[in-house]
Amino acid sequence: MTDTLTFVPLMIVLGAIGLPAAVFAALGAGERALSLFPGGAGRRARPWVWLFLPLILVILILIYPVIVTIFTSFQDARAETWVGGQNYTWAFSGQMLDIVGNNLLWLVAFPLITLVLALASATLFDKVRYEPLAMTIVILPTAISFTAGSVIWTQMYSFQPSGSPQIGTLNAIRALFGADPLPWLIQPVVNNFALIFVAVWLQLGIATLILSSAIKNVGSEMLEAARLDGAGEWRIFRSMILPNILPSVLVVLTTMIIAALKVFDIVYVMTNGNFGTDVIANRLYYELFAVNNLGHASAIAVILLFTALPVALINIFQFRSEARS
Amino acid sequence: MGAMTIREARKNYGAVEVLHGVSLDIEDGEFVILVGPSGCGKSTLLRMIAGLESIASGEITIAGRTVNGLAPKDRDIAMVFQNYALYPHMTVEENMGFSLKLAGVPVAERKERVAAAAEMLGLEPYLGRHPRQLSGGQRQRVAMGRAIVRNPQVYLFDEPLSNLDAKLRVQMRSEIKLNHQRLRTTTVYVTHDQIEAMTMADRIVVMRDGTIEQIGTPLELYDRPANLFVAGFIGSPAMNQLPGRLEGGTFVAEDGTCIPLPGDVSGVSGRDVVLGIRPEGFLPAMEGLTAEVVTVEPTGSETQVMLRLAGQVLTAAFRERVTQRPGDAITLGIEHAHLHLFDAATGERIGPDL
Repeated sequence: MTDTLTFVPLMIVLGAIGLPAAVFAALGAGERALSLFPGGAGRRARPWVWLFLPLILVILILIYPVIVTIFTSFQDARAETWVGGQNYTWAFSGQMLDIVGNNLLWLVAFPLITLVLALASATLFDKVRYEPLAMTIVILPTAISFTAGSVIWTQMYSFQPSGSPQIGTLNAIRALFGADPLPWLIQPVVNNFALIFVAVWLQLGIATLILSSAIKNVGSEMLEAARLDGAGEWRIFRSMILPNILPSVLVVLTTMIIAALKVFDIVYVMTNGNFGTDVIANRLYYELFAVNNLGHASAIAVILLFTALPVALINIFQFRSEARS
Repeated sequence: MGAMTIREARKNYGAVEVLHGVSLDIEDGEFVILVGPSGCGKSTLLRMIAGLESIASGEITIAGRTVNGLAPKDRDIAMVFQNYALYPHMTVEENMGFSLKLAGVPVAERKERVAAAAEMLGLEPYLGRHPRQLSGGQRQRVAMGRAIVRNPQVYLFDEPLSNLDAKLRVQMRSEIKLNHQRLRTTTVYVTHDQIEAMTMADRIVVMRDGTIEQIGTPLELYDRPANLFVAGFIGSPAMNQLPGRLEGGTFVAEDGTCIPLPGDVSGVSGRDVVLGIRPEGFLPAMEGLTAEVVTVEPTGSETQVMLRLAGQVLTAAFRERVTQRPGDAITLGIEHAHLHLFDAATGERIGPDL
């Protein structure tokens, strides 16, 4: 073991110098080979020569693992014998139903809450002079990692039984007004929303930023014309601003939906899926590293992949049509 | 009806005052054009009338009602913007009917009024289209249609033609004028183009640096400019301005060239003045002033000649064809109606008329 470790620095140096050199040599050899072909054939073959290495990379680290995962999802816990669709029936039965239900809650609540709050902040910030300050405050949490954010909010939500001093900010405030402390992370449904709120807090900045730039692109003359036509501020938002920023709204929604599907860090750090807050990504981690059930874990991964795929595709098409217009 | 008065209107952005107490009376049905170089405050004044800018002090009344504190939508005005400001996600019909929809006008009546305006503007074939499917001129018409549909007390136009090409601009100019003759609605129109002002307006308001320099009909401004600024701004090509002195009945330029003046100017003899000569005031003559031809620019209907006279390069516009070539001498007469005298120090017009 120590023998291989001593070679690590050497291998890093070799890789840093050797890999680019190898790529350079491979492309040079490819070009040399191309020059041997007659003109037309060489030109047609050139893109493939250049794409050759990236394609191998993509196949090696993306497509191959996906295929292996799909195969494994039809195998038993140790990936030794075929079990048919058993892992998938497991994934949609019993305890797993609650977990899928939690993910559905995330899927609906997280994007919607984020979107509504981001729309409100972007629209209202646009109307005040201290917009840069307001925007900075909303953006700040974006710089915090999900894990660090979760640790912060675990403290914020901290709960001590009634009568003991409350060190959690929220319960301390409740105590200030004479209310009983709330077990934010323990009481079902409340705890799910408490977790979703942490995700909203972490993602609101980027959503607000996207929508804010879209709102700034809505022509001010058009809004003035609408005001002259008799529109009030709410009408202007509904009939003028919203229809004109729909593409950005769609981008925010799809990005947040994918984030909701994948949510893991917050749940793992704050409750580890206890008290009815488990989500499928956390369960995947549990199945893989705690239970060592490769079949279950792979089935969950495949389900996640195929739910996120259509949303990602919507995003890609949206970006393309926007790039075209 | 749609008469408007502006009393001592002021506007400031922070410590900078951009309108210094502007007063203006506009009669019902009048077509008034605010004209001036950029930054003169004409657009600000228009936006104050519209309610898009607050009024720092002073008073604006429309149809006998003070509108200072009223929201734009409550002022009974319609505005056409420079960039048309159409609603891109709505069809032409929805664009034109939006204000009626907000006002709660029944669908049938809304359709009828939009159709009437569309017919007037030749927009019927485009009612189902979106703004992006229209040409610049068509968009301009939709913007006007949106204003016409509302049947307001006052139309406001903010440089509506400056995004169109030259040919379309001339066409839209006469269309706007024609529409005004049909509807007879009070109109305030802002432009920096003095030709637009001259051709369309009942009365022109010339503005500079936040004050009104002169108010008058197009021909009043052309025939009797109140000061050097108006003299230089109205008329194309611009009026020639020769500094010099009055001695008896004669104007003496800085290099000593004498130009005899008609009329009695003995009362102002001995003063430093600026003599304004319209380019079209020069006539080819058998005797008179002698000038050197610098360049000759024939446009067909008239010929513009740059002349060297009294040590300066002046512009002359002749209806006659000019046979002289650059470097030749040319003998000129001056039509008296095109001579104007201004005080050199203040720039104000000096009577009596010449």
